[in-house]
Formats: sequence, structure tokens, C-alpha cells
Amino acid sequence: MITLGFVYVLAGLTFAIFAALGLGDRSNPKRFGNAAFWGLLALSMLAGDRLGDFGNGLLVLALVAIAGTGQIGRAPGGEVAAAVQAERAAKYGNFLLVVALIIPAVALAGTFLFKWVPGLADPKQATLISLGIGVLIALAVGMARLRPALLLPAQQGRRLLDAVGWAAILPQMLASLGAVFALAGVGEVVGDLIGAAIPQGSLFGAVVAFGLGMALFTMVMGNAFAAFPVMIAAVGMPLLIKQYDGNPAVVAAIGMLAGFCGTLMTPMAANFNLVPAALLELKNPYGVIKVQIGTAIPLLAVNILFIWLFAF
Amino acid sequence: MLVLIGIAIIIAGFLLRFNPLLVIMASALATGLAAGLDVTAIIAAFGKAFNDTRYVSIVWIVLPVIGLLEAYGLQQHARSLIGRIKGATLARLLASYLLLRQAMSAVGLTSVAGHPQTVRPLVAPMAEAAAEAQGVALSDTQRDEIRAYAAATDNVGLFFGEDIFLAIGSILLMKGLLEGYGYVIEPLHFSVWAIPTAIAAFLIHGFRLRLLEKRMLRAPGQGTGA
Repeated sequence: MITLGFVYVLAGLTFAIFAALGLGDRSNPKRFGNAAFWGLLALSMLAGDRLGDFGNGLLVLALVAIAGTGQIGRAPGGEVAAAVQAERAAKYGNFLLVVALIIPAVALAGTFLFKWVPGLADPKQATLISLGIGVLIALAVGMARLRPALLLPAQQGRRLLDAVGWAAILPQMLASLGAVFALAGVGEVVGDLIGAAIPQGSLFGAVVAFGLGMALFTMVMGNAFAAFPVMIAAVGMPLLIKQYDGNPAVVAAIGMLAGFCGTLMTPMAANFNLVPAALLELKNPYGVIKVQIGTAIPLLAVNILFIWLFAF
Repeated sequence: MLVLIGIAIIIAGFLLRFNPLLVIMASALATGLAAGLDVTAIIAAFGKAFNDTRYVSIVWIVLPVIGLLEAYGLQQHARSLIGRIKGATLARLLASYLLLRQAMSAVGLTSVAGHPQTVRPLVAPMAEAAAEAQGVALSDTQRDEIRAYAAATDNVGLFFGEDIFLAIGSILLMKGLLEGYGYVIEPLHFSVWAIPTAIAAFLIHGFRLRLLEKRMLRAPGQGTGA
């Protein structure tokens, strides 16, 4: 049976190749830092379960030390000339599109297949496993027809990842910080503070405090999942559900979505907001957040209104 | 109260634009110390969480495929395709992607699309090409804004579609949490209440895509030839 371990091996090998190619790239003055950074990430993917908690902690400290002291960077250039790309685009055309769509198509098909046919792959991780298989199939099909230099996909993939840089592990780092926050009981303290700040005797006031609290606390934590238990304990359960007799399903479901509006507005949700800015090579690292605020604020107001209308 | 120091460090660190990885590590150490943990325990807790959340970073395995296809002109092809479709405007293209992303997420297919898999190679260049086909000579700033909207559209579609799906993590979290308070609720009841917000998200973001298009058409860029 295929498990998530298969995808971790795939990711580990990918990062290991990136590290090796990075080490050999003499045009990059920071090649040693790059090689060490992606090499450590490869080690984490391949052997993380055997390093122990403290060993993994040291690995993270090393990653932070490399990135935090500015030891990773990218070499200039490396992309294929635009004229060559245009010429090849005219030649291969829709074939490129088909290969690009293999990844989502296999992810889609695999998700259903692994749920319907038990025993092939871990059904809980069906989509991520299918994503890995989709990448392998797309790569094989693309290589067979395009016949590029053997290392071209790895070289170009490395170039793209170097453009993202240390931000590539930011989401994982923030998720880990959330675990430390939980251990230290940060959520309970914030919940007490918000609970104490709510105006007494006003249903609408309590709904607004709940919705705004979800969004704001999500912005701080970068994740609505971390904010949700805290806000339910502080406001949702004692006031909205118990005191005002609100419908718990509505309070919970729309409260969570109010939190998602906060996710659109915070750099702490790095994988959604900062990583794509790097990936799309935007000049402003906060460019994605900037355009999302105009959707998030009215939608937050709508969510607060919906809780007030539908739950009571 | 003292454990809130970690949040203060995060906010200050992001505002002062220190390297976020350093800020996160400092915040974790300060928070753990304030809660009375010793340094080794904090490092071990962080390491365990890092190892448990590796799946967050596996999406980068798509990059060799994307790199290969881009070297053979995928972005150019996506652009020329849009140029040939009559009526493919910037707003319509992104609104269609928004609807598709919401619909896919609503049936649980959240990892099928995403910024590395679909936005960078396909949606962003198509959106740029659609604006150009409408006669806008894009400046670099306008190009960046369109790309940012392409990324934002993916996020909005994902966030306000996924909670309609019964077995998504957030629904299971809600169910588990409310059960702890003695309320046993079927997942379906949560997912039904995600539908009004999903519709509102489509209308609000779709309206903003129309505004974006109008703004682009009204103020044609200088066309730096980029």
C-alpha cells in the first residue's frame, strides 16, 4: 500500500537533486548556503522520522541559521530565452497544456480511485499521494516527447525554487510555531482577554465580537483552525449558543468562514499570501494580501450579518 | 499574560521586516520560556511539529514539471490560446476560474489546483493575455496587479468552497469541538451553512474582478515592452 512516505521520499530526492545542482552552480556566490539549505530539507523529508524530536529541532535551527544570516540566494538568469520559448510553444502547443493538466487530472482520478478501491493507497492521504504520482507521469510523458537534456527539469525546477527561496519552508515553520503556542496555552489567554472585552446584554454586539475576534485572531495565528477553539470557548459557546440560544451549526460554520476572511489579510498565512507573491515574481511581497483586503472586509461583514440572521 | 510575548515578537518582526524564519524561532523560544519550558523542550517540541507538518512543503515536487514545460513555452502557449478565444475577457476568465476552484473544493478536491500547479503556469499568463487581447498595453505595475489577482482568486475560491465538503479538516474540527461541549451535529449541517457565504464570496470577488477590468481598460499602461 502506498502511503504518504512515498511522497516524502519523492520530495526528499527532489530537494537532494536541487541541493547537488545548486552546489555545482558556480555562477551563484551563495551556492554553499543553498546546497546546505535544500540538503537539510532533503534530509528532513527522507529521514525525519529517524532523527527524533530534538534532532529535528536542531535541523530547524540550522535551516533558520542559514536563511537568517542571508546565506542563500539565487544566481541571475538561467531561464530559456523568450524567443526560443515562443518557437517551441508554436511547435508543441497543446501538448504542453495536456502535460500540465496531467497533474491535476491524476490528482483528481487518484483521489476517487484510492477511496473506492481500498488497499492500493492510504485513503486519508489519497490526494497528496495522487499528486506525487501525477508529477511522475507528467514528467515521464513530457520527457518522452520533448526529449530535453536529462537534467533540464531539475535545473529549471531548482531555478524556480531558488526564486522562492527560504519562503518555501515558511508555511511549515508557522504551522510548527502554532504547535508551540498551543503547548504554552496562548489561545486560552487571548480568549480570556476577548471574552472580557465584550459588551454585556447586546446580542448583535456579541455576534460582532465573535466574527471580528475570529478574523483578528486568525490574522495573528495565520490559521483559522487555531483561532476557532479559542473563540468558541470565549464567546461562541458561553454567549451565542448558551445565553442567546443560537444554532450551534450556524455559529460554528459561519464563524470559521469569518476566520478565513482573516486568513486573506495576514502575512502569517504565508503559503496562501507570501509564497505566491514570490512564485509569481511580484515586486511587492505583500502584493497578494493588498488585493485580497478589498474582498475580505466586505465578506467578513456579510459573514457577521449571516450569523446574526441565520443563527437566531 | 506573559506567553503573549510571542505574538508581540511576531507582529514587531513582520513590521520591521526581519527575516521571518528568525522571527518565528525567536517567538517560539520566547513563548516557550514564558510558559516555563526549558530550551531543549522547546526545540524538541518545535522539531516534532516541523516533522509532523512536512506534507505542507511537498507541493514543491511539481516544480521540475512546471520548469520543463515553461522552458518549452507553456506560458506563451497559454497566452496565445486566450488571445484566440473570442470573448475571453480578464474578468470572465478569472471569474470562471473562481467558480471552478470553488466547485472543485466543494467536492473535496482542494489540492488539485493551487499556486504552483495552476496559477503560475496557466491562470496568471492567461489573465495577462486576456487583458492584452482587450487592448491594454500592460505596464509592469499592471502586470503585477493582474498576477496578484490571479493568486487571490485561487485563495478565495479555495477558502469559500472547501467548507461545503463534508470531510474537510475544518468541518471535522467543528464537529469534534462541539461534541466536547455536548452538541452532537452531523457534518452535513455545517457544510450546508457554508453555502450562503460561498455565494457571497463569488459575488463580491466577481464584482471586484469587473472593477479590475474596468480600471485596466480605462487607464491603459505605458507599455514598457516587458
